[in-house]
This record gives sequence, C-alpha cells and structure tokens, in this order.
Amino acid sequence: MYPSRFRYEAPSTVDEAIALLAGANGEAKILAGGQSLIPMMKLRFAAPAMLIDINGIAGLDYHHSDADGTFRIGALCRHADLEKSATLAASQPTMAAAAPVVADPLVRTRGTLVGSLCHADPQGDWASVMVSLGGSIVAQGPNGRRAVAVSDLIDGPFQTVLADDEIAIEAVVPAAIGTRAGGYLKLERRVGDFATVGVAVSAEMSGATVSQAGIGLTGVGPATINAAEAAGSLVGTSLDAEALDTAAQLAAEAAQPRSDHRGSADYKRHVVATFVRRIGAQIQRSGQEAA
Amino acid sequence: MALDEIKIGGLGASRRRVEDNRFIRGKGNYIDDIVLPGMLHMEILRSPLAHARIRSIDASAAWAIPGVRMVLTGDMLAARNLAWMPTLSYDTQAVLATDKVRFQGQEVACVVADDPYIAKDGCEAIVVDYEPLPPIVNPTQAKAPDAPLIRDDKTGQDSNVVFDWEVGDREGTDRAFAEADVISTIEMHYPRSHPSPIEACGSIADFNRATSKLTVYMTTQAPHIIRAAVALVAELPEHMIRIVSPDLGGGFGNKVPVYPGYVVSILASILLERPVKWIEDKSGNLISTGFGRDIYLKGEMALRSDGRILGVRMHTDSDHGAFFSDAQPSKFKVGLMHSAFSCYDIGAAHLTAQGVYTNKAPGGVAYRCSFRVTEAMFFQERMVQAAASDLGMDQAEFRRINLVRDDDFPHRTPWGFLTDSGQYGKCLDLGLEAIGYEDFLRQKEEARKRGRLLGIGISTMTEPLGAGNSREYDILGIKMFDSAELKVHMTGKALLRTGAKTQGQGHETTWAQIVAHELGIPAEDVLVEEGDTDTAPFGMGTYASRSTPVAGAAVAMVSRKIRAKARRIAAHLLEVSEEDIEWELGRFSVRGAPDRGVTIQECAIAAYSNMPDGMEPGLENNAYYDPPNLTWPFACYIATVEVDPETGVWDVLRVVAVDDCGVRINPMIVEGQIMGGLTEAYAMANMQFITFDEDGNCIGSNYMDYLLPTAWETPGFELHEVVTPCPHHPIGAKGIGECATVGGPAAFVNAVIDAIGDAGVRNIDMPLLPDRVHEAITAGHDVSGAPPVKTEP
Repeated sequence: MYPSRFRYEAPSTVDEAIALLAGANGEAKILAGGQSLIPMMKLRFAAPAMLIDINGIAGLDYHHSDADGTFRIGALCRHADLEKSATLAASQPTMAAAAPVVADPLVRTRGTLVGSLCHADPQGDWASVMVSLGGSIVAQGPNGRRAVAVSDLIDGPFQTVLADDEIAIEAVVPAAIGTRAGGYLKLERRVGDFATVGVAVSAEMSGATVSQAGIGLTGVGPATINAAEAAGSLVGTSLDAEALDTAAQLAAEAAQPRSDHRGSADYKRHVVATFVRRIGAQIQRSGQEAA
Repeated sequence: MALDEIKIGGLGASRRRVEDNRFIRGKGNYIDDIVLPGMLHMEILRSPLAHARIRSIDASAAWAIPGVRMVLTGDMLAARNLAWMPTLSYDTQAVLATDKVRFQGQEVACVVADDPYIAKDGCEAIVVDYEPLPPIVNPTQAKAPDAPLIRDDKTGQDSNVVFDWEVGDREGTDRAFAEADVISTIEMHYPRSHPSPIEACGSIADFNRATSKLTVYMTTQAPHIIRAAVALVAELPEHMIRIVSPDLGGGFGNKVPVYPGYVVSILASILLERPVKWIEDKSGNLISTGFGRDIYLKGEMALRSDGRILGVRMHTDSDHGAFFSDAQPSKFKVGLMHSAFSCYDIGAAHLTAQGVYTNKAPGGVAYRCSFRVTEAMFFQERMVQAAASDLGMDQAEFRRINLVRDDDFPHRTPWGFLTDSGQYGKCLDLGLEAIGYEDFLRQKEEARKRGRLLGIGISTMTEPLGAGNSREYDILGIKMFDSAELKVHMTGKALLRTGAKTQGQGHETTWAQIVAHELGIPAEDVLVEEGDTDTAPFGMGTYASRSTPVAGAAVAMVSRKIRAKARRIAAHLLEVSEEDIEWELGRFSVRGAPDRGVTIQECAIAAYSNMPDGMEPGLENNAYYDPPNLTWPFACYIATVEVDPETGVWDVLRVVAVDDCGVRINPMIVEGQIMGGLTEAYAMANMQFITFDEDGNCIGSNYMDYLLPTAWETPGFELHEVVTPCPHHPIGAKGIGECATVGGPAAFVNAVIDAIGDAGVRNIDMPLLPDRVHEAITAGHDVSGAPPVKTEP
C-alpha cells in the first residue's frame, strides 16, 4: 500500500494522545484496530497528516460488568475479545449475537468496538447494537470527560460529534432494569461483506412483558438508524404476533435504504421488517422456554 | 522386477506438488519479489469517467515533484506511434488515452519515480480537464439510433457494433422449428465477472543500451506470444527480446492479453535506460483488465412432445467494452459459443451473434474457460431446464433422452465440432445415484407441504478444451501447437522445459509424472522449467485448459523420442539388434532373456560415455505437438438447495460432481482443479459480478463490491469420476482445469429455479442475490440483473 505521506505518533498515555490531537488542527486520526482507516488510507480516500497510534496505551483493552450491571468496553478491546467473552455471552444477548458476525475473523482479531463507533460507517454493526441498548461512549478531551449517547454520537455518514481534540476511551452499556433479551440479524452476501441489512433488537423483560426496548438498523440509511418508534411500540406487549407486525412495520418505515447492487430499497425494508419479527419471535420463544 | 509406477510418481500418482515447497515457505519468486539495481517505479493515472473528451492534461506539477523521473502521456506515445496497440482480436486499443477516455479506469498517464509512493503522488498531481460525454453501459444503449459513437477514432466505424456473425444451418433449423410440438424460449444475461487472480499484473522492463537487449519480467500466461507481439509492435529484433514469466499468483485468463502497463514500462525503460517496475494494484486489475462473460442470450428450442430436441436457435449480444480485445484464438467472432449442445444429439442449430462497444473495460472472454465456452454451456443447461419444464418432463429423463450415446462416437455436432469419446449416460446415472435423486424429489414434495422450498439442479455438458488444432486455431497467425524439450543428464536425472506456463496448475509436478510414465525416470529426478523465452521451447502458453492436451502431449512425445534413442543405446550395450530389445518401465531387456537388461539411467550415461559408433552423443530432444482435435471432457454437476421464501436467501445443501477428463495424471491435482472450479461456479451463481451504474461507474472495482467466496460460505463438494480415455491424446488425457467453472453455475441456478418453480419463474440472472430471488418469488416474474444497476435519484 502506498498512502499519502503522514506523521506517525505512538503516545503511551491518553493525555499525550489528547495533546497530539489538540496540536494537529483536526488533521489527525486515532489508530486503534485500523481495519477501516488503513484501507481508506491505502486507497487515499483518507489522508490524515498525523496518525496517533493508541495501541501502546496501557489499560484500554478491557471489557467488564460493574457491580450494578453496567457493561464497559475499553477503546482497545478487540471484536475477537468480545466474540470469545463469557461475560458478554452471559449478560449481553444482543452483543453476543452481533460479535461473531462483525466483518470477518481477520478483521475481528484487530478491530475494536469503540473504533467502529467512531468510524460512524452506516454499515457498522456495533453502532446499531449500541443504539438498541441505549449505549454511550465516554469522550475525553483537554477539559475532562463527557458521556455521549451513541444515538447522538453519529451525525452523518462517517461523521461524529466528537471534537477534534477528543478521544473516545470507552463504550458503556447501561445496566438493565429487567431481564435482558435481544438479538442481531445480518444479511450479507458473504462473510466479511458489509450488511445488506442488519437489525439489532434489544429488550428488557419483566416476566413475559417488555419493559424497555431498542431497535437499531444497519446499512439502511446514511447513518445508523435508531428506530425508536418501532421499539416503543413493543413496550408493554408480550411480543405477540400482532405487536411484532406493528414494530416490524414501523422499523421498515424508519429505514431509509437506497437501491444499490446489494438490493432494492423495497427489498431492504422488507428484510428489516422480517428481521424485527424474527428476533422478536426468538425473544418471545426463549422467554417461554425459560418460564 | 518392473518398477512400480505409482512409487516413482508416474501416471495416476497423487504426488505432492513440488512447487508448493517454495510457495508455502514464502520462497516463491513473484514479479514483485524481483528487484533490479537502479530500478524505478511506475504508477498509472486512470480515468475517473466512463466517457469523456480530454481537453488537456497538465503534468507540470507532477514533473516538479522531487524523485519523479518521467511523466508519460498519450501525446508522448503518439509521437512514437505507440498511443494505440493492436489487440488479439484485430482491433486497436489505446495504450494511453489521447482523444477520449472510453471507460472508467482507462489508462491516461504514467509516472515513473524513485519509489512507488512518489509515483503515486505524481499521479495525484496531474490535472486532466475532461469534457463528459454520455456513457453507454449495455448493448441496448449501444444500438440506440442516437447513441454516441464510442469508437470515433476508427475510420469507417459509424456505429457501436463490433461484429455481426452467424454459424449453423438456418434453413434446417427453420424446418425443425416448423415441425416442433413445443417451442421453448428463454432470455438471460451472463453478467460480467473477473478472473481476479490473487496476484495482479505487473512487469519490470530492463532495456540495456550497451547490449541492445530488452528483458521483460512480466505476469504472462503466454511469454512466447508476448515476445512475438513485442517484436512486431515495438519493431525490436526478436532475438534481443527476452520475456521471463516468473512464479504467477494465478492467471485464470487474466494474464493472456497485453496491457498498457506492460507497454509503457517497456517504453519508459528504453527512454530512461533503467529498469522500470510496474505493479498493478487490485483495484486497477479489477477495473481495467480482461474480464469474462457480459453476454445476453435469446434462446429457442424446438421440441417434440416425446422429449427429443429437434433444433436450437441462439442469438447472443456480447458487450466487449471500449475495445474489442478478446483473447481468443479461434476464427469465430463469438468464440466457441457454438460448442453449445455438443453433448446432445440434436438435428439442427443456428446461432447469430452481435458484439457491441460500450463504455466499459475491454478484454473479454477471459476467466477460466471461456472463448465463450462457459457461456455456451451455461445457456445450454439453462435452456435445457426450461425445455424440460415446458414439456412437463423430469429434468434427468429429458437429458437422458437427448444425450449422445456411447456408440455414436465420433459424433459431429450440428455446429460442426467433432466429439470423439464419452460415457455421458453413465456419468449422469452416477451423479443421480450419488445425490439420491428419487429420495430428494420426495423430500422436496414433503418440504413444500410445510412451506419450505427445496430444489435440485442438474448440469451436464461436454466442452471443447485444449486449443487447438492448427486448422482452426491461431493467435496472430501462429498455430496453436505446443512444445517440450527434454534433456536427460548422464546420471539419468533430467531437465524438462515446455512452451506452457504454469500459474498454479502444478506443471512442475505433473510434467515430471508424464516423463516418469514414459521413461521410468522417477518424477523426483525431473526438473521442470517454464516461462523464460531464452530457454523454453516456443509454445503458446497456458489457458483454455490446453496444457495437458497440448504441452502435456508434447512431453509424452519427446519422452518417446528419448526412449527410441535409448533403445538403440541399449541394443549396443546388450550387444543385440534393436528388434530384440523389449521395454518395460525404466528398463530395456533382451527378448527371451529378461535377466539381461539395462536401465534407462545406464543408457543415459552410455549416451555420454559409450555410444554406438556413428551415433550423435547426448540424450536430449524436443517435440512440437499439433493436436488432431480438441479434447472433450464431460461432466455432470448436481446441486441441491433450500431457499428461504421470506428473504430469498438460498443455501446449498449438497453438490455432487462427476467428471470424466480421461486419464488422470495426478488425481489429487485434478480434484483440486474441480473443487476450485466449483467454488468459482458457486461464486458466480451466488454473489459475484461487476456491474455499472448509469454514469458508467464500475461497481466491482474492489473486494468489498466484487466478492470472492471464502472457506466459510463455500459448500462442500462430493467428487466422483468416470474415465473415458481421449482417443487421440498420447496418454489419453483431456483438459480439466475449467470444467467445473463452465458446468457448475447452471447446476446452482437450476436448483434455485427448481425450488421456486411454483412461482412460474423461468429465469433469474446471476448472481442470484437474495433480493432478486425474493422478487421472483413474490412478483412471479423473471428478474434481470443487467446493468445499469437500479439506483434511486
């Protein structure tokens, strides 16, 4: 690969990274897993003047649950770490469903969840999952830290609200009040392909009833779509067929797909609806089995 | 005690591939591994537009970059009469654009610099002022009355039509249709695909002013043809041109044509008197080099109600892109399209064909068989399925009724080919038994009652492989023979060189096995070399599954010449007359006294130390082989699938392959070829295509859009074999490298169409993406995937 000329920095603390960002006039990019950034630099679609490699910063590769159930993912936690995580499998069903279908095994070994969120690709799987879970990121800048909800973080294709001198150091999934349930379905032409359609449905159940729900859509709009109305329609239902039809319909309406070589807009809307129904039915079935 | 042929690695031994030892250790020598002293690096600036007039090119900023040694543009080439080059199909192709760009990705300028980074920076610094013109992305647009003329550079070219061509018996076919009980029709598009070798193209040109010798290391499947082309185009003396094709990371037909990058690197080396390296990137490879397919069919079959095919009509419209640069060696404009239906006994057939220019990359018919054979057999098997369905007949039974019978060989096909051998019915029966045909039909009915869609697809075909005989096949007038040269050293070890060029097929392994079979020299004692025109005998290279049919035959023939001389030496050593010498593998003995004998190795040393009076010393020879016919392997591929009616997603349940490629030299390598071919067949049926939007933007110029299947989704394959030796090949072998790519796609498509049969759908164009299948199921109509791809405002 023959990218444009760039300066390479490898700070050993977050503060150093922020100082470098602050001095770079918005011309710097953070390098975590590099699985999106490096290909874009190879094609010269991206030509940052400076690359700030955070892989040498200790203590960012974690993922764990706090005592209250809050789930935290550090900026250097790889997709593969999540795919293999027993904690994730036990406590985060939507994430556990998504982890094995993010990109391909090679990308998963290196790529990071936080990097994927910051890359803000409308085809990114994690953003819809986090949106469905009401997740957020912690951004750190010269003036300290702030939390940004993932549904607010992404404000366009490959665009976030992060300031030039801010670095996302952690992603956070809030603790559930009820029992967590959920799933992620992705239609792709081949392993490693971007999603033709991806749907994340997360729910908190009290008994057989939905107490809280979230739906995120991948690849069917200029940015990750938060199908809040569809999700809201599920609250108070027991995920019966009629409730799922309503939510499926609303989610399909929330989607803003384009026709392209992966499929027509109508087809993509249809798949969104189908996947909402399928995940909902699966949650409902597993609830019954547990009961 | 006779030698055990399998133990010495002879015919039929699944010997490990000797070349893999260096490949898996990272010790291969690919084009980009070669570094020459003082070498410069070249990068190509490509057109972002599909059709545009070039108002001006300003390269001054590129020249100003430190480390840039030269910027080459079309005008500089035109001054040397090199802006255009001839193609293998007697058209011309722009080397660097002068007047217009005619496809997205076309070569506009080249920058030569001290390193590849600077060369790329130089390309970015070139300012090209384009005046956009309306692009054409399919034959319908190309033939519209008000279509812009793409090839306004050619005098006398007043439309976008490249050729009109026909073959077959028009009247006889009309009569067959007049007598038909049922006429079955179908239309379809075989989409554009790309050979996409893992290693893209590249060259290092090294012109030495002191010796006047030009050495070009390049990724070519046919180094001798390149040497001839360079001699003719560049008007350099042929003996001062050396083409070296190093280890190749795949070819699949992509590395047969001459590309602008090669030509400009040669010119740059001559002008700069330094070695110039050009390494194409993957996007450059996908967007500009030899593609495959992109052809439309209107097919009709005249049928008798008892199931017999009376006649076939085909009309094809082929999309050649901006330049007619098909790399195919026949005299037939649409290649071997008329080899369709060769395995069926039909009365009459007629083919009309038209080719058009479009604003798309040139260089068609590459990709693991073509010469249009891939398309011919796909169309054939899709037409056969539609015909059986129209007759309400079982798919297998319809084929059985119409297949050429074993005692009908040699068989003249309605389009004039001569097939010479096969056991078609046996292959079909073996395939049906392996898949459990009757059981599956029952399962399918059961599943349908529960709303599940299962389907089974069959594809049976024979195809013409191994171009070719010199009557009908040539490139630039050079006949399609091939060659082998064998030098047996005094210790009985040997060096074999051929005019073919391996790209992963395993020639270094299999050629040695033919020598072992013919001479009894253990395969491990035979070193095989190919690809250097200064050392290899003249040959036409490797494509069209021609290596074993042609070069492999030459290997057998040169081994026999060596054996004949060794026999004379043996007679001398054993002090008997030549007539009293008998041969068993690796050893000559005296007739009636089998204990008295000499080995081939003893003959070898005698050839250098104790030859008979009057005999020329040494034990080496060469052979040029012009095959009397093509070889005709047969295959039966059967796939079963399940379609999700809600999403249109389909999964492969099983794939059974029965291949008859005659005698197998190395069964392991043959099986590898079949599995690779089936993988590519699955890819084309399921996911793979290069398409274009209405602006002529290529969708498929990178591996996010152009999909290669991985081990993850590729189904498993169950392989079976039937052996019908080729009657004219010295060891009875037939081509095999391309069979599964050719015959495989129809099995998958037929299976999906079968699964959704109730929807009344005759065709879905490849690739059978879920949205197309879903549309067919829900709307109940055929789905075309021809470009431009649907886009919304």
